[in-house]
Amino acid sequence: MKIAVCINHVPDTETKIKIGGDALSIDRAGVNYMLGPYDEIAVEEALRLREKFTGEVIVLSLGGDAHKETLRKALAMGADRAVLLKDDGARDSYGVAFGLAQELKTLSPDVLLFGKQSIDYDDAQVGTLVAEMLGLPSVPVVTKIEIQDGTVVCEREIEGGKEIVETKLPVAFLAQKGLNEPRYPSLKGIMSAKSKPIEEKPAAAAEGRVAPVRLRKPTAKNPGRIVGTDPTAVGELIRLLHEEAKVI
Amino acid sequence: MTILAFAEQRDNKFKKSSFEAVSAARTLADQLGTSCIALVVGSGVGAIAGQLGAYGAHRVIAVDQEECAQHSSSAVAKVITEIAGQEGASVLVLPASAMGKDLAPRVAAKLGAGLASDCVALTVEGGEIVATRPVYAGKALLDVKVTTPVKIFTLRPNVFRATEKGETAAIEKRAVALGPGDFTSRVTGTRGGSGRPDVTEADIVVSGGRGMKGPENFTLIEQLADVLGAGVGASRAVVDAGWRPHGEQVGQTGKTVSPTLYVACGISGAVQHLAGMSSSRYIVAINKDKDAPIFQVADYGIIGDALEILPELTHQLKASLGK
Repeated sequence: MKIAVCINHVPDTETKIKIGGDALSIDRAGVNYMLGPYDEIAVEEALRLREKFTGEVIVLSLGGDAHKETLRKALAMGADRAVLLKDDGARDSYGVAFGLAQELKTLSPDVLLFGKQSIDYDDAQVGTLVAEMLGLPSVPVVTKIEIQDGTVVCEREIEGGKEIVETKLPVAFLAQKGLNEPRYPSLKGIMSAKSKPIEEKPAAAAEGRVAPVRLRKPTAKNPGRIVGTDPTAVGELIRLLHEEAKVI
Repeated sequence: MTILAFAEQRDNKFKKSSFEAVSAARTLADQLGTSCIALVVGSGVGAIAGQLGAYGAHRVIAVDQEECAQHSSSAVAKVITEIAGQEGASVLVLPASAMGKDLAPRVAAKLGAGLASDCVALTVEGGEIVATRPVYAGKALLDVKVTTPVKIFTLRPNVFRATEKGETAAIEKRAVALGPGDFTSRVTGTRGGSGRPDVTEADIVVSGGRGMKGPENFTLIEQLADVLGAGVGASRAVVDAGWRPHGEQVGQTGKTVSPTLYVACGISGAVQHLAGMSSSRYIVAINKDKDAPIFQVADYGIIGDALEILPELTHQLKASLGK
């Protein structure tokens, strides 16, 4: 089974976001980057599928040299090889999807995995766009995958429950928390990742479809009032919610 | 030029986010001086299509076909694409629900359209639509313009107002030819959750964190939620500890919510959590630690042990709400 995983290099979830001087992107000074948490789940699922079906796990990322760090992490977890589609500029989701799809057309994987969304722009569309560009079915926000004889039965998260989806290989999955518990790279994995290949090639150019106008901070909320310090405050809280906020 | 709103239904019931999408489409149509069409796809949906007129659709198109009884994202994406083409729609609006987020990128790729996901505001500046999207889990807002001739927006549930206008619209049934090749994936069933509303759709969310001290104490959260008809949420810490299911996690690696009222119980307010809930209209925080960051965003706070406050709150609300 040939398994491809598309991963992204994103600011750590602890990051306090500061707006950059261009007012279009964040100030990158002092920001730590990491493998996206959903992408990490996607890598883990790929490794488990390889353990079950044998085959090869290829990780891909589109971006600048810094993405190599994230590709290395996936290699340390156990991926076989990596491809960096180089582009130092900014791209919208369509541009990223187009670049990935051009490479994936040649790779032609049986299973294609993504995180359900990249936690920087939270656009949640690259995986599905790539699937459509390749003419593949896709299952977003997937929490369980079972594959037997080319038939896929999986579960995905919907509002207030799960949806069971049936489809066939080749297919794209967008991984959600709960699908698995990603492994930590072992020392051996980290050492061997150093000698695994990262192939570099320019990302196919794409014209943007969504243009940023400005990036800004949401209006800060003022701290409200402390109603009390024990259960006797409950009556006053209910009164405020009812009469002042009018929400109950 | 016209605006097409996709109205999601499950079991032939519209979601509130569908009415929100239709109302938002109508507002845009009024601002741009054009008309708005609502589209519903399913089997037996002709009977419910009329509801969409009340929320401002000038016309309603119902694709009511037996093979659409079970949802298939590949088939419905084709239907939306065809109807958009037939109507010459230049703007498409969908709810940013699980279904809408699945459909929108497919339709965007088919139509060669740009897509702005999970928008919290659509404004018209100089005749052009500017969409506001939370990024970095709401730590920043990005205003964008879609630059393609056809523009698609998905709208975060619970943010746009569904406005009943007391109007009616003509309903037109339209057939779209679908073959087996259009159903590359298919929903074969659902597994219900708790029966409570999902945190992304609920008007009120009651959330618990590590201050609840153990999974067994979440019955206190559930009891309060049930009195209020609320959804149940959880912090990342308690989901990671296995106390609560992933579907309830609020925050950067969970769900982003914007209810009318968010009640945070025993949640300190890590930056990832605040990102996911600080756009709630009113926030109540109950926490023992007076320095907890959650009090920085709370409208009303009680400094105290959630395990002591919650039973009293549930008891008094039951009495005052007559339950």
